[in-house]
Amino acid sequence: MERSDPILKIEHLVVETTGRRPATILNGISLEIGNGETVCLVGESGSGKSVTSLATIGLLPKSALAARQGRILLEGEDLLTAGSSRLKELRATRMSMIFQEPMTALNPVLTVGRQIEEVLQAHSSLGAQEQRRRVLDMMEHVHLPDVERIYRSYPHQLSGGQRQRIMIAMALILRPKLLIADEPTTALDVTTQKQILKLIRELQDALGTSVLFITHDMGVVADIADRVCVMHHGSIVEEGSTDEILRTPRQDYTRDLLTSVPALMPREPRAEKSGEAILEIIGLGKIYSARSLFRPRQDTVAADQVNLVLRRGRTLGIVGESGSGKSTVARCAMRLIEPTSGSIRIGGEEISHLPRRALHPYRKRIQMIFQDPNRSLNPRLKVGESITEGPINYGVPRPNAVARAKELLELVGLPVDAIDRHPHQFSGGQRQRIAIARALAMEPDVLVADEAVSALDVSVQAQVLDLLDDIQERLGVAILFITHDLRVAAQICDDVAVMQKGRVVEYGPAEHVLRHPQQDYTRELLDAAPGKDWDFPNFRPLSSADLPAESFKR
Amino acid sequence: MATSVERRVEPVIRRRILPVVEVRGLGFASILAGICLLVIVLTGIFAPLIAPYDPIQMNPAVRLKPASDTFLLGTDAYGRDLFSRIVYGARISLTVGIGAAIISVAIGLPLGLLAGFFRILDAILMRIMDGLMAIPSILLAIAVVSLAGAGLWTVLVAITIPEIPRVVRLVRSVVLTAREEPYVEAAIAVGSSLPKIMWRHLMPNTLAPLIVQATYICASAILIEAILSFLGAGIGTETPSWGNIMSEGRVYFQLKPSLIFWPGLVLSICILSINLLGDAARDLLDPRLKQRGGLK
Amino acid sequence: MPPRIRYSTGLPVPTTDGIGHSNFEKQEPAMFGYFLRRVLAAVPVMAVVALFVFLLLRLTPGDPAAIIAGDMATPQQLEKIRTALGLHEPIHIQFLTWVQRLMNGDFGVSLLSNKPVTTLIAQRLEPTISLAILTIILTILISVPMGVLAAWRHGSWIDNIVMSASVLGFSIPVFVTGYILIQIFALNLGFVPVQGFTSISKGIGPFLERAILPALTLSSIYIALIARMTRAAMLDVLGEDYVRTARAKGLDEKAVLFRHALRNAAVPILTVIGTGFALMISGVVVTESVFNIPGLGRLTVDAILARDYPVIQGLILFTSGIYVLINLLIDLSYAFLDPRIRY
Repeated sequence: MERSDPILKIEHLVVETTGRRPATILNGISLEIGNGETVCLVGESGSGKSVTSLATIGLLPKSALAARQGRILLEGEDLLTAGSSRLKELRATRMSMIFQEPMTALNPVLTVGRQIEEVLQAHSSLGAQEQRRRVLDMMEHVHLPDVERIYRSYPHQLSGGQRQRIMIAMALILRPKLLIADEPTTALDVTTQKQILKLIRELQDALGTSVLFITHDMGVVADIADRVCVMHHGSIVEEGSTDEILRTPRQDYTRDLLTSVPALMPREPRAEKSGEAILEIIGLGKIYSARSLFRPRQDTVAADQVNLVLRRGRTLGIVGESGSGKSTVARCAMRLIEPTSGSIRIGGEEISHLPRRALHPYRKRIQMIFQDPNRSLNPRLKVGESITEGPINYGVPRPNAVARAKELLELVGLPVDAIDRHPHQFSGGQRQRIAIARALAMEPDVLVADEAVSALDVSVQAQVLDLLDDIQERLGVAILFITHDLRVAAQICDDVAVMQKGRVVEYGPAEHVLRHPQQDYTRELLDAAPGKDWDFPNFRPLSSADLPAESFKR
Repeated sequence: MATSVERRVEPVIRRRILPVVEVRGLGFASILAGICLLVIVLTGIFAPLIAPYDPIQMNPAVRLKPASDTFLLGTDAYGRDLFSRIVYGARISLTVGIGAAIISVAIGLPLGLLAGFFRILDAILMRIMDGLMAIPSILLAIAVVSLAGAGLWTVLVAITIPEIPRVVRLVRSVVLTAREEPYVEAAIAVGSSLPKIMWRHLMPNTLAPLIVQATYICASAILIEAILSFLGAGIGTETPSWGNIMSEGRVYFQLKPSLIFWPGLVLSICILSINLLGDAARDLLDPRLKQRGGLK
Repeated sequence: MPPRIRYSTGLPVPTTDGIGHSNFEKQEPAMFGYFLRRVLAAVPVMAVVALFVFLLLRLTPGDPAAIIAGDMATPQQLEKIRTALGLHEPIHIQFLTWVQRLMNGDFGVSLLSNKPVTTLIAQRLEPTISLAILTIILTILISVPMGVLAAWRHGSWIDNIVMSASVLGFSIPVFVTGYILIQIFALNLGFVPVQGFTSISKGIGPFLERAILPALTLSSIYIALIARMTRAAMLDVLGEDYVRTARAKGLDEKAVLFRHALRNAAVPILTVIGTGFALMISGVVVTESVFNIPGLGRLTVDAILARDYPVIQGLILFTSGIYVLINLLIDLSYAFLDPRIRY
């Protein structure tokens, strides 16, 4: 690809922490973005990709980070040496940025119209009427409905996707040359993500903007990038066109990243073991009602008529977008919240309405692994204390519980001496292993994993999924696996239930649901999965033969 | 897929992050505050050895003498040595300060824990606490003292009552935040009993903010005791407390300002030291709060 | 996550149960509901205050009548008071009668002057209110800019000075501050009279001449409190994503600080202005007695010296009522500051 003058050129950028012992965060990175080009900066957490973007727009937190060497050239002008008033002029006019969390990125006490208008106020001398007209115009451009109403709305009155559209409108209203997008779709549901990616593409084509797109998701990379820079520990380890990177990665790290991405295709079905039904959820309903003296009662149906069966040694996945009720079902099954109706049976015993004391013996049979391993372990307790807490509650003598904890730590792939350490001494993936050991210490029949790998980097995610698989193989435990990620579900589940608005819309063997979906919603979900055309671990696009025909007809 | 769990075990990146005690961050001011407070505490304990004169015995022959070799800071209107009275005054202030801190935490901690956990109790308890907090603490203390009569215990009770709601609110808010933590849910899931969850998983979260709060209560109690004595609603006038000394000095303010100046200075240094130590404790125990700098 | 200290309000923290609804049509009822809920929430608070004051007298060891009547009372007087207080009735009847009287504006009669407590309070109201208003104005004018500046230049010498000044403000007792100010500005420099009070009706100049020192004295703690809170709230808000967004838009710092940050920090700052009011009432008692101002504070001190319990009781009920009222108004103002409460 022939590139004339790059819009953005970063040369040997070094960013260090401030303080007496500076640590290097960016280790001399260089990259270029040509006119109208989209460059994806991809890497796992801590690779320095967000720092690169903040350094470019000049918003590094002054008290913590500082650019020490190198140049950042925006159309030939060095941003690192530019004064702060010059940087202010350039922002929104020549370069803009959108962020990950559209909820927190908008000021909650100002109307969104006002917030877009501010950009015009700061950088132009248009009259109030003209400003307003331009803002409404831009809001039309990002396909917001009913712009007059939304103009007067506050951020909390809009959906996540609408808020991100507002952010994009704000960023592009002055037609900057460069748009920096820092994980702009990570906090959104897949279907919304797809729309936002499409919108960015569309505006980019219309306005000729160059995009620096930061993401951790190879699927998004496959969908949006022209070129890719792979970052690892503050360096760019590999750079190339999207095709080059995905088909012929040269570096081991890139290969590792790609092979860790779970395939969207369901795994080979396992031999149907006619295990007993260990967990049965029958007609489960959960209604949250917000009572208020002066308002009509507002009922939110979180789960409605949910029927699921989990057999010994099998994995049942519940997939769905946020607010679909998948976590509600899991937490009802755990009796962490009280179901409104329906029944929950463990090994045939009804537990849905047992009082605390009567529930006690059943608690140990169903255990949970939480999403955020940083918060699911009490930071003040030693790992051993956390693991043995449960068994001791059920009368296991302490020495036996400790001995068992050591065995379990080995089983989950951690050194035995971990037992005397505190959670903060471990990485996220290791903590999730500890959480798994804690759950296993109860010798449960059912493991409930609520988004248990969602907070982990993709390479760590793959290891934890392997571990769960391995444990199931050895111990025959049944797993109820809650996830928003169809790839993960395809990887680990025997059966899949798709939930939408509190209801199970499709339920069956993974092979059927993911390969031959019957319901529109399931198809929509599959269709929205980023990078669906790629078979990442095998470095090739999916041939049409691999594609589940029905779902991808467009 | 292979079952090799050890395929690629992540390195232990994070070393143990001790609550890094930055001596530099602790600062010169906190060290000085610590020394000042230590001196005041030792003075209080060894008052009989330090004070050259009886702080109560009146001696009309030497009324309102200026500072001299015999009377280090001069004498008051009844001919009592000002220095000796200030030395003894440390006892009262420290007793009230430490006493109020201990009692209010001892009562507030369990109430706050319960309120954070039981909704119905919470509703009732917090209404009571809101009510108590609506009464200006000086007026509340004045009312108690004027009903029950002057005395160390009365003053202690009068000062502690308005502090209790602050402790309860603090503990409750910490518990309400902590009980949402997944590790508390995990404890429920492994069948831990309610008392165990409170003691093992919730209570430890309250300790750091409580220690900080206790130092502020201590400072505030010393201040209120002085104000009560100054207004004539404190410990009986025969007891040498800093507030009493100043109260008696008011009449002679234009004639002999040192009667207010010296006890006022010592009182201010004492409260300042405790507040500074409270800030230092907050920075040490909870670095995240450092930047917030919220007193009370 | 380390525990977050919530802003302690005397009244319940504003509920955010309006968040998440996109009901554009339901604006008015939601706002009205919020107002009504806040007003109703003030009722139990006042009830607890009343119950506390009532029980304080009844539960103190000794004969309530003797406390009310003072040391010089004859047995006949005591008996008369017992009947008047209804001390022969069961305690809940006593409470109800007492509350009924309060509702009718009957706060009892002073032992010292034999005048109704309400009359005494009304007579002393003006100096205290004018002093309080002057103090609040001074406080906000000084402390909010201090706090904003300190947060903006977090870690700099400005921040250090503001923080040190605020610790000092907390630590130096009001009367010590008062006497220091008198010594310097009245006695040494002779700028203003030493003590006393001139009504604002006699002109703003003469009023300020006498009121400025007491107002400064009184605001010392208040300024310390609010500057600290402003700084803390601003630091919180300045770390928020939308402040980063505002900067990424190329807004200048003034707009970032005031339009984006301070508006969001306003709720906790106002909350502390409200709860700090209790602190000020305590300060009033001391300041008025240092500066010899004939307001409610002097009334309190006179009542202490005479052990005039009915007056003290009346003052508690009155000031608590004002406190609840002010905090109620502040609560209601949240609705205008934060659209999440409004909708």
